[in-house]
Amino acid sequence: MLALLVLVAIIAACLAAPWYARNISQSDPFSSNLDGSVTVAGQSVDIMQSSDTGFGVTPIGPTWTGQYFLGADDQGRDVAARLLYGGRSSLLIAGCATFICLTLAGLIGIVAAFSGGFVDSILARLLDILWAFPVYLLAISLSAVLISHGLKLGPVTVSSDSLLIPITIIGIVYVPYVARPIRGQVLSLARTDFVLAAKCLGVPRSRILRKDILPNVITTLIVFAPLMMALNMLTEAALSFLSIGVQPPAASWGTIILDGEGLLYTRPAVAIAPGVAIMVTVVALNFLGDGVREAFDPRARLRVQK
Amino acid sequence: MVFVLVSISILVFLIFFATPGADPAARIAGRGASPATLAAVRHSFGLDQPLPVQYALMMKHLFITQDLTSFVNPGQLVIPAVLQAVPVTLSLVFGAAIIWLIFAILFGVIAAALRNTVIDRALMFLALVGVSMPVFWLGEVANLITQARFHNTLLFSWVPALGYVPLTQNPFLWFKSLVIPWTVLAVTYIGLYSRVLRANLVEALNEDYIRTARAKGLSERQVVFRHALRMSLITLVSMFGLDFGFLVGGGALLIEVVCSLPGVGMLTYQALQNLDLPFIMATVMYGAIFIVSTNTAVDMLYVLIDPRARDAR
Repeated sequence: MLALLVLVAIIAACLAAPWYARNISQSDPFSSNLDGSVTVAGQSVDIMQSSDTGFGVTPIGPTWTGQYFLGADDQGRDVAARLLYGGRSSLLIAGCATFICLTLAGLIGIVAAFSGGFVDSILARLLDILWAFPVYLLAISLSAVLISHGLKLGPVTVSSDSLLIPITIIGIVYVPYVARPIRGQVLSLARTDFVLAAKCLGVPRSRILRKDILPNVITTLIVFAPLMMALNMLTEAALSFLSIGVQPPAASWGTIILDGEGLLYTRPAVAIAPGVAIMVTVVALNFLGDGVREAFDPRARLRVQK
Repeated sequence: MVFVLVSISILVFLIFFATPGADPAARIAGRGASPATLAAVRHSFGLDQPLPVQYALMMKHLFITQDLTSFVNPGQLVIPAVLQAVPVTLSLVFGAAIIWLIFAILFGVIAAALRNTVIDRALMFLALVGVSMPVFWLGEVANLITQARFHNTLLFSWVPALGYVPLTQNPFLWFKSLVIPWTVLAVTYIGLYSRVLRANLVEALNEDYIRTARAKGLSERQVVFRHALRMSLITLVSMFGLDFGFLVGGGALLIEVVCSLPGVGMLTYQALQNLDLPFIMATVMYGAIFIVSTNTAVDMLYVLIDPRARDAR
């Protein structure tokens, strides 16, 4: 329950990003602000300060109040505001990717197991190949190509800075991880007594699929959802960190960590804050996943009763 | 196995050479190159030939004549560069694997032995946090602590600057330079493995054969280590095979980039930065070969460890 509360709080905070940028940080988190200044404790302070060594400039550190709560990045942008906007893209990408992944996996798993024969062996073989393919390398290769050129496929044109690219890539690469267990589940469901009974009664296949198989599969998919979303958050962060995910000036938690890499030793807050955000979100998602699994898995419930 | 490898190579080839809108010649020639230059580049790199021919040529250069050269730095041979990077990645992953196996088994056994106590809950929470941290971020934080903030304190003054020292050159320095990357890489897997091990152990301790072992008067230690743990390690062995293959096959990319270790992952990363196709092809194929062969090795090991799998054959 606590996990759910934390997640709702994080999502609410990220949805409030425009409000935060307008009313509290009072700056545009997507354009650089190199020669601005900010009032701290009654004094006006430059956002980009000359560094102690007299070599180059260092952005302002965390003020811990209102404007520049977490300091500025190397473009003089408010990190706290970017963190909230970044959370939006991170959560959006992870959420949509999870949806795509589970839908595709459920579809492929059911189609493969239920049609059997030729279709099944083709699909199962394809899943085997993708399973052996290093997922990171697949995601990285696809992203590198699509990010550098965008995608032109007949009437569909996706520009290279569209969020659709990371969403689709992350959504697709993990499909085998879910589709294989789903296929196994449908295969074993098809042999259960209640499906056999339905077949003997002459219930049409489409009805068996709808009434007997689908509810079971959807339960499994729901159990998978928080765990996949946690995995997708981490993958998105990794891709963005390698600068082949979300493209600047848009932000995600991964890109902010990348922005902070250069400032690591002078302004560590820039890199640390988004990492903590990812960690808290993923921990909450994993807890939620455990909770959901216990709620849906009858065996787990039995164990508690015993 | 060979079928899987061939499919992977075709897939990678198609991703880079046949994705709509992605023209490798335009990438080599640079943005805004004239059509004449483009045609020349296309011809000199053999990109004007049909795709199957290009694929066959690349495979021939990669595996048979082994003289595939970089698109970006003409003349640079791909295979020696990859072979040179392999020991770095192997050093990184081997060390990390030893750390994570020791700690995961330790934490898993402690948590299962003390199940439903505060210690169990705390350990499992820590494990969950370990799984939830982005590894590259943890690497950066570790760098921040050991290279800057606390580098001058007694605790971390021994940490050398980022980079890799070959084992043959100076074993002691090799060890010192890898301790931090090992630890960072191990954290995620300690979390993952100790959670799985605990769950398996708790399940195993409820089995009938454990009751039999207790009934015949074995000590609790023997019950846990000889019977329950042996059973539970089977899952861990197959997980370990997959993860080890994944990491050596280039999955350690992020940690190599953050800790500037010139391993295979770093090579892949650099190749991706300038889209050096032969290099990407070589590193991905190397990774795939490694992953597919470790998977096969795991399947064989399985038979050795699990008596049930042996009898099933």
